Amino acid sequence: MSTATAAPATLLDFADVGLVYPGGTRAVRGVSLTVDRGEFVSVVGPSGCGKSTLLRIAAGLEAATDGSASVATGRIGYVFQDATLLPWRTVGRNVELLAELHGVPKAERAARAQEAIDLVGLTGFEAQLPRQLSGGMRMRASLARSLVLEPELFLFDEPFGALDEITRERLGDELIRLFTEKRFAGLFITHSVSEAVYLSTRVVVMSGRPGTVVGTFDVPFPMPRDPDIRFTAAFAELVGEVSHALRTSHGGEAVAE
Amino acid sequence: MTARPAQETLAEAAPRIARDRVARARRLGWWQPIAVFVVLVGIAYAISAYYDLGRGLGFLVPYPHLILQQFWNPIYGPQLYLALWNTVIVTVTGLAIAIVVGVVWAALMAQAKWVERSLYPYAVILQCIPILAIVPLIGVVFNEYGFWSRVFVTTMIALFPMVSNTLFGLQSADRGQRELFRLQGASRWTTLTKLQVPAALPAIFVGLRTSAGLAVIGAIVGDQFFQRGTPGLGAVIQVFASRTNEAGAFAAIILSSLLGVLVFLLFGWLARLAIGRWVDFG
Repeated sequence: MSTATAAPATLLDFADVGLVYPGGTRAVRGVSLTVDRGEFVSVVGPSGCGKSTLLRIAAGLEAATDGSASVATGRIGYVFQDATLLPWRTVGRNVELLAELHGVPKAERAARAQEAIDLVGLTGFEAQLPRQLSGGMRMRASLARSLVLEPELFLFDEPFGALDEITRERLGDELIRLFTEKRFAGLFITHSVSEAVYLSTRVVVMSGRPGTVVGTFDVPFPMPRDPDIRFTAAFAELVGEVSHALRTSHGGEAVAE
Repeated sequence: MTARPAQETLAEAAPRIARDRVARARRLGWWQPIAVFVVLVGIAYAISAYYDLGRGLGFLVPYPHLILQQFWNPIYGPQLYLALWNTVIVTVTGLAIAIVVGVVWAALMAQAKWVERSLYPYAVILQCIPILAIVPLIGVVFNEYGFWSRVFVTTMIALFPMVSNTLFGLQSADRGQRELFRLQGASRWTTLTKLQVPAALPAIFVGLRTSAGLAVIGAIVGDQFFQRGTPGLGAVIQVFASRTNEAGAFAAIILSSLLGVLVFLLFGWLARLAIGRWVDFG
């Protein structure tokens, strides 16, 4: 079942992680999760289950109140639900932003930004402002902005959630291409089961709030993915299993198959 | 308008329709304020006529053309223009100080909630202080009843919209954008200059436009209390009104209104120049 790659270091290691907000709301509970180099792990769960909270803990935006959460690299990419581009900057200057914040010299960051822009297929749009781009193109620019830092661990917080189906699938394929080319490790939050199975080497299913891991599925298909595997029986079967785990975890709402 | 061919395809019609729409918008643009102006002047004549013919009090409510004549009256005209110039100087100086103080004040408050809670009430209180009550105080502090006291009144009246709009603007960067900076370990200064201030520009320009209008009022109010040196339109209004030269007083009102409209347009134009590329500034 599992792809037996000789995985090197673990980049993200969550052991029994929990988080209770100051108000007393418990977001996540007892989450154990690792992401190794070469892995692309998706987390699926009902909305409000604390999937995004896990990502925020990994990025250091929140601190776990229980258990231990460790990240073995400082080079973290973070892609938000919105593209979060700065509307007053051109695409080129937006993509340069993170390198600029890290004090990378002007010439070097321009070169790195151009490379990232080419990589996500936005060549020719450098001088455009975000308002002139479509939602999908804005998300590409957002991806490019993170790529400039050459992250070892890439965190995605439902980045394609606001996009239409066609754009979403195309960006999914682009993401797989980037993953196979750049070999970063990925942690991808989504509420789409088929997207999770298609993009990932492993899928983690979370229960409703307070979120905890209720199932883990290794995805056996080779990378890069052939878009047509979506229509194979094996793919449909795995999607079915993940969906089933998701439904039965959902408290009283469990449905007979 | 373009002549309309007997038959045209949709592709041919589209540019014509677009052109017509632009032309129509342009026509709509200029005649409406003028129509309102004509109506208002008509009403002014009607009111003047009522007091003049009906009650013999025409000198209190002068006809519009008598007001206009003040502008080329050999005695009152030069007085009006000199006063206008003095008002412009006080307005610009007071507004400039209000902009600097307002932006710095707001930037401080944007640093932490406790700073905001500590300092915001004083911005609210400041705008509620009746100038009349602190005239002696201002006179004593500035040790004069002239230019700088007038500037102080102007700044006080123009300050609040700068503070409140700038603060609102600085806080308008969305959570994702702020976290983007936080994730890179950006300093407060970097976040302020590269994220918050640019994000605040649309709101700052709205504040500027409001404050600029208020600064004109402030300069005129300042004239009422501090008349040493080179007072402006406020002093002229007082003098004319006390001599029942109501036409002159109304002429001064027209000048101050025109000054207000001018600064309003100026800052709208500046805003479109500075940020029009990425935001629609009305």
